Order: sequence, then structure tokens, then C-alpha cells
Amino acid sequence: MAESLLILLFAAPIVAAVLSFAVRSPRLAEYATVAAAVLDLVVSVPLLLQVLGGPATLAHNYIRVDVLGAWVIVCISIVYALASIYAVGYMRLLDEDERLPVFYGLFSGFALTMLAACVMNNVGVFWIAIELTTLISTFLVGFEREAESTEAAWKYIVVVSGGISLALLGTVLFYWGGSLVLGPSYAMTWAALHKAAPSVYPPLLLVSFLLVLVGYGTKAGLAPMHTWLPDAHSESPAPVSAMLSGALLNASMLGIARFLSVVRGTSMDGFAHAAVVGFGIFSFFIASIFIVRQTGIKRLMAYSSVEHIGVQALGLGFGGTLGVAGALYHMLNHSLNKSLMFFGAGNAMRAYGTKEISHIRRVLDVFPISGMLWLLGAVGIAGAPPFALFLSEFTVLRAGIGSPYRWAAVAFVVLLIVVFIGFLAHFRAMYFDKAPGQQIPRLAGGVWRTLPMWLAFIPLLVLGLWWPHGLWQVFAHISQELMGGAQ
Amino acid sequence: MFLAHVDPLQASIFSSLAVMSLLLTFVMLGSHWLRNYVYAFAVQSWLIAALSASVGYFAGYPELYVIAVLTALFRGLVLPYLLMRIIARLNVKRELHAVLQPSSSLVLGALLVMFAFVIANHMNRQPFLAAHVVVMALTIMLSMKFLGFLMLAVRDEAVSQILGLLVLENGIFLGSQILVPGMPLLIEIVILFDLLIVVACFGMLVRFLVVHAGTTSSRQLNRLIG
Repeated sequence: MAESLLILLFAAPIVAAVLSFAVRSPRLAEYATVAAAVLDLVVSVPLLLQVLGGPATLAHNYIRVDVLGAWVIVCISIVYALASIYAVGYMRLLDEDERLPVFYGLFSGFALTMLAACVMNNVGVFWIAIELTTLISTFLVGFEREAESTEAAWKYIVVVSGGISLALLGTVLFYWGGSLVLGPSYAMTWAALHKAAPSVYPPLLLVSFLLVLVGYGTKAGLAPMHTWLPDAHSESPAPVSAMLSGALLNASMLGIARFLSVVRGTSMDGFAHAAVVGFGIFSFFIASIFIVRQTGIKRLMAYSSVEHIGVQALGLGFGGTLGVAGALYHMLNHSLNKSLMFFGAGNAMRAYGTKEISHIRRVLDVFPISGMLWLLGAVGIAGAPPFALFLSEFTVLRAGIGSPYRWAAVAFVVLLIVVFIGFLAHFRAMYFDKAPGQQIPRLAGGVWRTLPMWLAFIPLLVLGLWWPHGLWQVFAHISQELMGGAQ
Repeated sequence: MFLAHVDPLQASIFSSLAVMSLLLTFVMLGSHWLRNYVYAFAVQSWLIAALSASVGYFAGYPELYVIAVLTALFRGLVLPYLLMRIIARLNVKRELHAVLQPSSSLVLGALLVMFAFVIANHMNRQPFLAAHVVVMALTIMLSMKFLGFLMLAVRDEAVSQILGLLVLENGIFLGSQILVPGMPLLIEIVILFDLLIVVACFGMLVRFLVVHAGTTSSRQLNRLIG
């Protein structure tokens, strides 16, 4: 059952990508992508329920879905579905119909590589999947073919490839450390690393872990390796920004979570967690500075992603069931909320014809309904109740207070307040400051561009008011997986 | 681990091949001419292929011969060819604005190698005689990482940056041949193909850079800041 769901999960984006490239009809490509994405979302939830009973394996154990992998798959599928619906409305505005099939082909390919990364049981193949996400998304980042987007694409691929090569080095060193315990040749699975880690020479283990952390941390956008992120997020088309921020960062976080769980229980446990907490709080700090002084609307969203990936790192670093649950709940909530924010930013950019916050004024006059959703989303992403991010940030904070890193929990609260004020100040200006005088061209809402905003907003509100018990069970299961090693 | 029973002759073959690869990285670091980078990279790849083959022969891993052939073919011929094509199309022959003069980058590179040695020395705890080969492999792996990043940092031209990334990967490849010759074949082959795709992507991007950004020097890619 789980195996057939898995095949369906991968077949859908493959078919959509092949159709887009082969038939070259923009309309067909749009609908095929939306259909594949919605199908993936529908499949991902029962897949999660299935693997709760025990992990599913395929292809000689190269593919293995555990609960953590399935959870990230759910988060990625949600963003894939929302972003492809939004893309139908947004990409038509660009007036580049003839290049749309290529766009959708790459779009589905991008989703495919991220989903693939979640189920890879072999550490080397996981690295390759993450590398492939970079190569495909580079062309999505540079899709608008302006000087800025080409520059962003170039910086993206150079910085991320350089960073990810550190992760490869770390992986090789992990394998070497394991080979001294398990014999010269063994299958490089997560379970094997778990088994070998306690007997590996501790300094070697620490260096390997730090290399992997910096490598996947580059891809996840942890500061100070985040430099590609604001450029890539701000210059790509809005649906791609949502995918980069809401889905790709999760897939890289998955790698960090898994390696962190490998070193758990060894003598380097404390150092490793402290390093993750350190990167988390530093990302939060950098993001808060740049959010306060930001002038570009999508760069504002991008730095907010750095902030929220920092929260997830903090949750994982604080550890314990509470920390892991908070980080994973945050992953879902951030995926929903950031998609909503990028969709709103895309609408505003198209209507006002600018990326500058100072030129966007009186948003509610232009977008009465979707503008309201965007504003509520901004309140949510700044961490205010009753939206879901409040609950998950609060959980991470509780985990922090109970952990040895109480200083980080205190810094977390202070920085949250800074971000709250800084982020919402920009929105106050955009919504309530005086209009600049010139006539703003009205951009009709468009069902394709408003619907995904509703679809992101409603669960965000519901999850903020009610944390389903089922989710809690999923998180408890994952945290057991991470702490007890692979079964 | 096979290095536990390695005899002095084998140890010196591995060491000399690895050290020559490191020296070629310094050749890249000390030159202004883009063509020289590519030649040095090609020779380095051939040396790594020879290393794979000799490790395969002495340690008894016949599958490493496949890796050796593929390395020589892809990294030694196809990648340099693709890079030469990019250079020819760009009509850029040398680095124009060096952040650091080649002489200073050589000195900096030497310091980084020492740093790499210090780290490598701390990471190793092998009791056997050939432990110096392990330390050397780790040192060269890490120093090629550092040197690659140094090249990325001080060079502006797009081609130099691609080569910097390739040096990063060459370092890992070289070290892994000595340290973990038993690593599954599949992984290494896929990583080789992956590199090919990387360079193809870079080739396309370089073309976009010329057309849309009007430059291939990262010095002028300064629109996006803050």
C-alpha cells in the first residue's frame, strides 16, 4: 500500500514534466502541473499515515520512507500544490506563453527532486538529490531573464554548489569513520551511520558533522551562509520563491535533522547541538537586522525565511520531544504562511510594477480581499496569535527554556520582538500611509491568484487555534525515531 | 582499511600522486591565464585517475578501474573541452582585476595548507605505520577545499569560479580514493555524471550572463545587495 502510494507520488510530477516538455502547450502544461501537484498532496497524507505503522522500503533499500521523511513530503506537497495553482494565474501575467511549458517542466522537476531527497536512504544519494534541486531551480530563478535575475541565479549556483560540496566532504568523512568500525565496504545508509557513530574517533566525528552542517546549512539558508537566499528568493517568479522558501529549505533541514540524530548519543552530542543552536540564533539575529532596514518587498520575505529557518534550527538544537515537535510544526506552518506571503508579494509587485516597499501604498484600495489576507498573513508570520506560527514558536521557546541553552531562548524572545516590530512597520506603511498620488493600475484579483491564498490562510488559522492530537502523535513518533536512531 | 597493510612503495606512489595534484592547484592559483587553469585542471584529473587505478590495483578493488577510466574521460577530457569552449566563446583570456596578486595568493595558499595539516593531524588516530598516508590524504583533501574557496573568493571571471568549484570536488574525489576506496561504485559514478550536468548548467548560465547582465565578471554583479 505505502509502496504504491510512493510510486504514485513520484509518477505524478514525472508525467507532468514530460507532458510539459513534450507537448509544448502552455495550457496543457499548466493544468498537468496543477493536477500532479494536487494528486501529490492527496497521496502524501495517506502515505504519512501508512508509515506511522512502520517505514516503507523500495528499490533494495535505497528508498526508505520513515515518518520524518513522510512529514517533510507533506510540507513540500502542500507548497507544490499551492504554488502551482498560483503559478497559473501569475505566470500568465508575464506574457511569455511560449516559454511556459519549459517553466512548468522545470517546476515539476524541481518538486520531484525535493520529494526524492526525502525518501533517500543512502546518504550519498541524498546529497545528489539535494544537488539536483540546485541545478534545476537555478533556471527557475533566472527565468525572467533580466540582469538581476541572471545575477541572482549565478550567485545562487556558485554559493550553493560551493557550500554543498562541503556536505559531500563531510559525508565522505562520515563514511571513512564508519569504515574503520564496520569494515571497508558497506551500504551508506542512515542506519549504518547510526550504528557506527558511537565508535568513531570523536574529533573526526565532530569535523564531519560540522562540515555537513555548514553544507546543508548553506542550502537551508542558515546565516552566515544565507547570502544567496535573498537574491534568489527576490528575483525568481513568485511561485518559485514560494517553492524555494516553503519547500526547498525544508528538504535541506531534513538532512541537518538526520545528521544531528546520527551524532546523538555520542560524546560529541553536546557540541553538535550547540552548533545548531548557534547557527539558529545567528540566523535569527542577521534576519532581524535586515528585516528592520529592508527596502525590497520580496527581500523582506526572504529574510523572514532566514529567520524562520533559524527557528527550526533552534527547535532541533534544543532537542527533546518538545523541541523536535516545535521545529516540525513550525516547518508546516512556515510553508503555509510563507507561500501566502510570497503570493501576496507577487500580486503587489505586478500591480504596482515595483519591488520597492516605498512605492507600494494603500494596498487595500487595489486588493480589498487578497490584500486583507496578505495583511493577516503578515501578522501571522510575525508570530502573533491566533495564527499557527505563534503556537510553534511558543513550543520551541518552551523547549529552549527547559534545555541547557536558556541564553538562546532569551535571545530568541528579544529578537522575535524586534522582528515583529520591524516586519509589521513595513506593512503599516504599505497599507495605511498616504498614497503617492499617481494612478495605480488595477489588477483584478483573479481566481487562480486568490484561491491559493485562501487555501493557505484557512489551515493557518485553524492550526493556530487547534493543535490536532494526531499531529502530536506524529511528532512524538518522529522524535522517538530521531532519538532512538533508526529502528 | 587497506592502508593498514600498505608497503612503503605503495605509500610513496599514493603520496606522490596526491602531492602532485596539490601542486597543480597551486599552478592554478599562481596564474592569470584562464587557459592555464584548464590545463592544470585536466592534468590534475589525469593524476587522480592514475591514483584510482593504482589504489584499485594495490588494494584489490577492480571496480576502481572503471572509476579511473571515467575520471580520465570526463574530468580529464570532456570537462576541459567544455571549459575551453566557454573560454573561446567569451573571448576573455585572463583575469583582469585580481583582488590578490598571484604571489600573495600563493603565500595565502601555503598558509591554508598548513592549517589543513593541523586539522588533519587532529582528526587521525590510526595506530599503524602508514598513518602518514592517511594524514596526507586528509591534508590534501582539506587544502584543496581551502584553495578552491580561495580561488572562488579572489577570482572574478565566471570560468575561474567554475574551476574553483571543480577543484573543490577534485579534492574530495582524490581523498576519497585513498581513504574510502570501498565506497559504493554507484555513488562515485553518479557524482561524475552530476559534475557533467553542473558544467553544462554553468555553460548555459554563462551565456545568460553575457546576454542579460552584460558581463562575466562577478565584480560587476553588484545589483543585488542588502
